[in-house]
Amino acid sequence: MSIIEVKDLCFTYGIKTPFEKKAVDSLNLSINEGEIIGLIGHTGSGKSTFVQMLNGLIRPTSGQVFLNGEDIWAKPKEIRKIRFKVGMVFQYPEYQLFDETVYDDIAFGPKNMGLSGEKIDATVKKAAKFSGLSEKLLKKSPFDLSGGEKRRAAIAGVIAMDPDVLVLDEPTAGLDPKGKSLLLSQINSYHRERNNTVIIVSHSMEDIAQIADRVLVMNKGRLEMFDTPKKIFAQAEKLESMGLRVPQITKIMISLKEKGYDVSDGVLTVEQAFCEIVSLLKKEGKI
Amino acid sequence: MIRDVALGQYMPGKGIVHKADPRLKILVLIAFIVLIFCSFNFAALGVVTAAVAVVIALSDIPLKYYFKSLKVIIFIVVITSVINMFYGTGEPIFRFWILKITMSGIYRAIFVTVRIILLILVSSCLTFTTSPTDLTDAIERLMKPLKFFHVKVHEIAMMMTIALRFVPTLLEETDKIMSAQKARGADMESGGLIKKVRALTPILIPLFVSAFRRAYELAMAMECRCYQGGDGRTRMKSLHLQKHDFFCILFTAAILAGVVLCDVFIAAAI
Repeated sequence: MSIIEVKDLCFTYGIKTPFEKKAVDSLNLSINEGEIIGLIGHTGSGKSTFVQMLNGLIRPTSGQVFLNGEDIWAKPKEIRKIRFKVGMVFQYPEYQLFDETVYDDIAFGPKNMGLSGEKIDATVKKAAKFSGLSEKLLKKSPFDLSGGEKRRAAIAGVIAMDPDVLVLDEPTAGLDPKGKSLLLSQINSYHRERNNTVIIVSHSMEDIAQIADRVLVMNKGRLEMFDTPKKIFAQAEKLESMGLRVPQITKIMISLKEKGYDVSDGVLTVEQAFCEIVSLLKKEGKI
Repeated sequence: MIRDVALGQYMPGKGIVHKADPRLKILVLIAFIVLIFCSFNFAALGVVTAAVAVVIALSDIPLKYYFKSLKVIIFIVVITSVINMFYGTGEPIFRFWILKITMSGIYRAIFVTVRIILLILVSSCLTFTTSPTDLTDAIERLMKPLKFFHVKVHEIAMMMTIALRFVPTLLEETDKIMSAQKARGADMESGGLIKKVRALTPILIPLFVSAFRRAYELAMAMECRCYQGGDGRTRMKSLHLQKHDFFCILFTAAILAGVVLCDVFIAAAI
């Protein structure tokens, strides 16, 4: 069943000023419940604007967003309820931390939802566990944490609202490789446990290839492709024409194929590539 | 949202007002401000109004931006003109309790209204047509004589440039933080005054933290490029007066003469 449906969605910045710019241009798509969607696109392709329309932070110039079949702007006064259902983690979310302790900061969302004290406590602890924050850290000031910890605390602050759809805008930007893979695996395990819908915006094709069920490609405010990672990353040339690229390992496998080796196109992870190459070598009797 | 404030936003263009020397523009603005307050009768005020109209027409900025910047101060205009109405002397034409309205009071109100409006219009014209960097360059140059009194002119100008440079950045940052907190259900619209002020903490604290962080980073970056203040520093773009600048001077001189003549030969209205 589709949880989010978008119809003819448009957004123009700075209408009637010299700075007018169409950021999102007639978008039509639907996202199924329980999917992990990877959203890729060149800088300025309208990704961030698009995701901010999903939870009603930006009101579309025209078109509609449906959450569970209901137009989110049907009752503009109750738009906050939508924001609890579609949790949004911004780029560099660590800059939104403000409260005295990490615990209080994570509790900000649940408090706004109007939950009772005990419930808040439970959700905060759960969210902290999901994002890998130890109990000891919860008592610290958010400004004393390390960069990676701050990021996780900020993500926990959104997870604590227990949203049906979790949107992450470049969650791994600026993290070291270890922090990156840790964060991705945490998102993945959170998704598996909670079985909710996750939308990840990223510039890292490797991340997307690793985690996404379907990939959404945006270019100049328009929806360019929307398919499985295998099919998307098999079209290396088309992606490159939009200023994007395929994961490094996919590229290597494509060049191997061009050299005449019998490997498949849509290899997305190093593990898959390893299996492919081993089986190829076995077939040729070299190992 | 916050970005919609028209007051003082630079808009690129190619008109003669854009091209004029920023130092000259500041001096002309000062001259206009003096003239606006030295117009004591309707003829003089008319001359200044006409001059402002000419400048606006030449400025190559759509009229609606001027209206937008007027909208911000409409409240102040109304209040001051109403108060001024009761401050006149002479024979009252209308009396209510201890309040009385006289002809001179009405004149006063008209003058105050027109003066404030003209003031906003000319200063908006300056900021609309001059980029912040040009503006601070010009201010630095005009304040140079103050060096004699050991005023750190360059440092002041640099601080102004940096402050102006970071206004849009901080606005953007505020927008971002607001969105992030709204995404966590922060409610900034409803509730009484205390609740609204309290709702600002989640925005102000991250904003301050990031402003300080930016300041440290900028200071570090400037030191890395061996910045050490104004002594011996040359400019990439030095300002020179050009032909159209002399027209500006002539124009201003003509207006000045007009207002002075009106003031001298026609009786003051207020």
